[in-house]
Amino acid sequence: MPLQSLDIRRRSATTTPSPAARAAATPEVAKLIDTSKCIGCKACQTACMEWNDLRDEIGTTTGVYDNPRDLTPQSWTVMRFSEYENPKGDLEWLIRKDGCMHCEDPGCLKACPAPGAIVQYANGIVDFHEENCIGCGYCVTGCPFDVPRISKRDHKAYKCTLCSDRVAVGLEPACVKACPTGAISYGTKEQMTHDAAERVVDLKSRGFEQAGLYDPAGVGGTHVMYVLHHADQPGLYSGLAAKPTVSPMVRLWKGATKPLALGTMVLVALAGFLNYVRVGPNETRDEDEDQAEREKEQTHV
Amino acid sequence: MTNHWVDIKNADVVLIMGGNAAEAHPCGFKWVIEAKAHNKAKLIVIDPRFTRSASVADLYLPIRAGTDIVLLGALINELLSKDQVQREYVTNYTDLTFIVREDYGFVDGLYSGYDESKRKYDRTSWDYERGPDGFVKADPTLAHPRCVYNLLKEHYARYTPELVERVCGTPKAKFLEAAALIGSTSTTTRAMTIMYALGWTQHSTGSQIIRTAAMVQLLLGNIGVAGGGMNALRGHSNIQGLTDLGLMSNLLPGYLTLPGQAEQDFDAYITARAPKALRPNQMSYWQNYGKFHVSLMKAWWGDAATEQNHWGFDYLPKLDKMYDMLQVYELMADGKMNGYICQGFNPLAAAPNKAKMTEGFSKLKFLVVMDPLATETSEFWKNFGEHHDVDSSKIQTEVFRLPTSCFAEEDGALTNSSRWLQWHWKGADPPGEARTDIAIMAGLYTRLRRLYEADGGAFPDPIVKLSWPYARREEPSPEELAREYSGRALADLYDPKDKTKLIRKAGEQLSGFGELRDDGTTSSGCWIFCGAWTEAGNLMARRDNSDPTGIGQTRNWAWAWPANRRVLYNRASCDPAGKPYNRARSLVAWNGKAWGGADVPDFKADEDPAQGMGPFIMNPEGVARFFARGGMADGPFPEHYEPFENPLGYNPLHPKEPRATSNPAARVFKRDREAFGTADAFPCVATTYRLTEHFHYWTKHVRLNAIMQPEQLVEIGEVHAKELGIRAGDRVKVSSNRGFIRAVAVVTKRIRPMTIEGKPVHTVGVPIHWGFKGLAKPGFLANTLTPVVGDANTQTPEFKAFLVKVEKA
Amino acid sequence: MAQVTRREFLKVTGATLAGSSIALLGFTPEPAIAEVREFKLARATETRNTCPYCAVACGIVMYSLGDKAKNAKASIFHIEGDADHPVNRGTLCPKGASLIDFIHSPSRLQHPEYRPPGSSEWQAISWDDALDRIARLMKADRDANFVAKTADGLTVNRWLTTGMLAASASSNEVGYLTHKVMRSLGVLAFDNQARV
Repeated sequence: MPLQSLDIRRRSATTTPSPAARAAATPEVAKLIDTSKCIGCKACQTACMEWNDLRDEIGTTTGVYDNPRDLTPQSWTVMRFSEYENPKGDLEWLIRKDGCMHCEDPGCLKACPAPGAIVQYANGIVDFHEENCIGCGYCVTGCPFDVPRISKRDHKAYKCTLCSDRVAVGLEPACVKACPTGAISYGTKEQMTHDAAERVVDLKSRGFEQAGLYDPAGVGGTHVMYVLHHADQPGLYSGLAAKPTVSPMVRLWKGATKPLALGTMVLVALAGFLNYVRVGPNETRDEDEDQAEREKEQTHV
Repeated sequence: MTNHWVDIKNADVVLIMGGNAAEAHPCGFKWVIEAKAHNKAKLIVIDPRFTRSASVADLYLPIRAGTDIVLLGALINELLSKDQVQREYVTNYTDLTFIVREDYGFVDGLYSGYDESKRKYDRTSWDYERGPDGFVKADPTLAHPRCVYNLLKEHYARYTPELVERVCGTPKAKFLEAAALIGSTSTTTRAMTIMYALGWTQHSTGSQIIRTAAMVQLLLGNIGVAGGGMNALRGHSNIQGLTDLGLMSNLLPGYLTLPGQAEQDFDAYITARAPKALRPNQMSYWQNYGKFHVSLMKAWWGDAATEQNHWGFDYLPKLDKMYDMLQVYELMADGKMNGYICQGFNPLAAAPNKAKMTEGFSKLKFLVVMDPLATETSEFWKNFGEHHDVDSSKIQTEVFRLPTSCFAEEDGALTNSSRWLQWHWKGADPPGEARTDIAIMAGLYTRLRRLYEADGGAFPDPIVKLSWPYARREEPSPEELAREYSGRALADLYDPKDKTKLIRKAGEQLSGFGELRDDGTTSSGCWIFCGAWTEAGNLMARRDNSDPTGIGQTRNWAWAWPANRRVLYNRASCDPAGKPYNRARSLVAWNGKAWGGADVPDFKADEDPAQGMGPFIMNPEGVARFFARGGMADGPFPEHYEPFENPLGYNPLHPKEPRATSNPAARVFKRDREAFGTADAFPCVATTYRLTEHFHYWTKHVRLNAIMQPEQLVEIGEVHAKELGIRAGDRVKVSSNRGFIRAVAVVTKRIRPMTIEGKPVHTVGVPIHWGFKGLAKPGFLANTLTPVVGDANTQTPEFKAFLVKVEKA
Repeated sequence: MAQVTRREFLKVTGATLAGSSIALLGFTPEPAIAEVREFKLARATETRNTCPYCAVACGIVMYSLGDKAKNAKASIFHIEGDADHPVNRGTLCPKGASLIDFIHSPSRLQHPEYRPPGSSEWQAISWDDALDRIARLMKADRDANFVAKTADGLTVNRWLTTGMLAASASSNEVGYLTHKVMRSLGVLAFDNQARV
């Protein structure tokens, strides 16, 4: 039963059009992450895990504050810490909450071959529906921000849902609610863009001449945006992509080579189908997990 | 806090020093971010490490741990020499005009009256001069050479920006930049707030560091105003309330004090605590001490506290000295303590020098631990390998571990750092057989009472006569206890000005401490909490968050002591005539007949300002003190002394006076002095602290927090690490003269090498959160490293500055 | 259409081998509807409380199973910030946001325990036995070491050989009762976490 507040804009690998007669029940939403207010406290990380009933491994300390060290199927957001000495010789500790950007033009959705495994709601949220996910890893390849992760446990893809379950009943995402300093805020995309502009004025008055909003056009804009003190150098923030675009694979998939790819895909799909029929979607074998890992590594090249 | 969390949004400048609010109090820190975003405030952070607070600061100043008085003293000097002083405020509301006695003196780091053998001062000379009328002499022109203003100026003339660079390692240019910003709040319409925590208290000069900062605020006229104040962030959820309730060696509830053993006479005991005004027409509110004390004794001993027995004066134990934690652990190590009860406290980890703690606990006959969690203290007798290497068979202590409920499983009130008493409600039963602390304390008490009633024993009176009027003797309800500490009338109370007017019927809850009497007709277990539960009900449970003036004064949310006042000393936000200095952020004002406004006035409600009553009504002077008189153990003005373990071996302000190297009035036990290390073997300055992902030693038991910071770490600067050949992620060994820990190295640009008196000095950061119990990776208790010496006034241990060496493990 | 290099093409087609598109065969395991996760708090009981960690004292809302009906046993399963609270306004720090794991920590003590002298293990003990034994130990120590008067005849009525550290996160009511009881015994070796 699709919820009325979350009308569908598009679904992966589905040719039937989404219902379009009605205007969106809710406006386009966005999460604004102001790095100049962020203290890296990780409340967003724990609030995310707590709300979504996720618990990652208790890991190890690797010589930095980043923990868990990277996004995982259990950690849908992580803080990334970066120490930067500016040209004046002063230290800046640039901290960025990493996670799904909820692209307007989502590479993951475009790449996904499983019908309805990835959907984009009218409010802009890009959500994974694990019951339809076949664990192929295409979304990982398709994502310009390296966000989705395939679980070893169930061989399915996971990432931030922008708390679609909370948003559906009119609440803000868990990370937004928790954020102690208000570095994360949530509202209509229009409002967030307006608020960001105010923040940029304040930052410029404090000497950050290049302060700006990160809402990259290469993916059609995002529903998670950053205010950066150094918008001219997003890479300073633990390698935030300067000009993210939908990956070449997706361009290929949607482009001229599609017939060729389709030919290959039919064979692969057949294998996948047989596998599906034989062991069912929820059972995983070691080979599957190994394969998922290999795919992940491959797509990180 | 003199002010409160939300009020921080009214600040124009925020100084965070001796604390790391972003890291340790993130949700309160939001009001700093609000001040920045919506009040154009500037944030200054001064800290040995570039902290999470520093990451969002406009200006960051590094400082060598333990040299805060040098920097703050130099600020005083800057403000005075640049005349960035709120003149009207300091001449009317502080003691700058008062004349000090002629025999007061300060030579080479020592104040008049020093007794080296006792490490104590005779403080007689630290006082004002009195006139023939008995009042303190003053010179409003500030010309008198011995007026506080001139003494202050002279004292801090030695504290220069160059000294700051040389001793603190803070670049002079950065210091001057900060001083200019801070000085900008000396106008009547700009305010600075100071936020501090254990980074100031945990030094052998901790109280004096805080005083120096308060003096800066007084010069700027920033005390008593919205967006100003001295704001102690406070570590635990009810550390404020437990202190307010007097759970310390020498206190009684409401900052009343226990008698010393020389105080055998009840009336003299009261008189000594109820000082007459030192200036004409001053309130000197402590003159009501007797009312607070007698009402307490009626709450505790009921009908057994009578005028004949001086309200049970002899039921109270009398002190020969302080029995603070450090003193008690010294007695324990000497084998002079037999029993010890730890209620929700993990002293094996929380007190300095773990080896001494283990030795002390091993000499006890019995130890009782009440806690929701399995603490290290409760298993001090168990072997945990290199993290805690003991031989259980040689430890004869009987240990009881009693499971308690936690916050979610009980009703009650907690007092936050804003002095708000907030009621909370139970959501579920505790696990297993766990019981509330109330049930355990009542269970112990009722058993002891029965034993004393049946068998007699040493002085049973105060035990068997203790008032215990609770419906369930084995478990009094939180509501009964809250009504008792708030207070009620024991007889019909009539208006003292009109004896025919009944103001309170016997048995009714009192509306506030103004109704307390010293004739046994009122009862209140904690006078500053009086009015928390009135005839109108439980005011601590109020949930109206409206803020009509928009400056954050939510007066109907919960209840604040004293008298629901939200900003202390708020009368000082007005000029002498009673007009607010800053109309945009007015707290109170005089309307010609009465005081009122956004806050409950901290003043006599109908006092005409023309009468000259000062705004600091608790002080007999009526004004704030720059000159502490006898109030401090270690001097009427703060002076810099080095930490007991320091990299120099001398005090750069007094290089030729070894008695003044470290605080001359700090108490040091012989065995602890012998355990101090020196810079030749331990060349680095270490400082302990908290990380935002954890809360003390609790959250290593909490899976989500263990995920966020799973394993023990120490922080080392890049330059230092390079010298030692250590890379991020390597395991290192950090040793002091008392022991060692091993941890993962975080190598960072956030800790920079310093040059102190021409000598290179490295800082090593030691977060405290790990131990040998819990879900996080097992680690060492950080107090394995720390020295036993306390602040001269509070005996808070010097955790923030000591010496270590670092090696690759 | 953007350019795709030969190397990228190979890389991409390699990756596609891992994928499978069942829809291409006209076989869909489930209709592709979009449904969000069910909102887990819909009818849970809400209880207001205060975060027990630092003294900011953030307001929290605890969500528990059941609606407090006689036969429903409450168990807290989610905690978030109280949006009405004037200080935290719904926010929580990483500790506060993790409180649920404190309440349900495997380290929570469930039963009274006793460790006899020299032992390396805990033993079970009943509440009554534990409290009786502690009360007797306390009385024996107090009776043996209570100082009513000093050598020079001053009345002091103090007991110095047993001490107590009071909690820092317990309520005012606990603190008040604890103080009342301990002072009635004459204890001076009495402190709380404010000391450190």
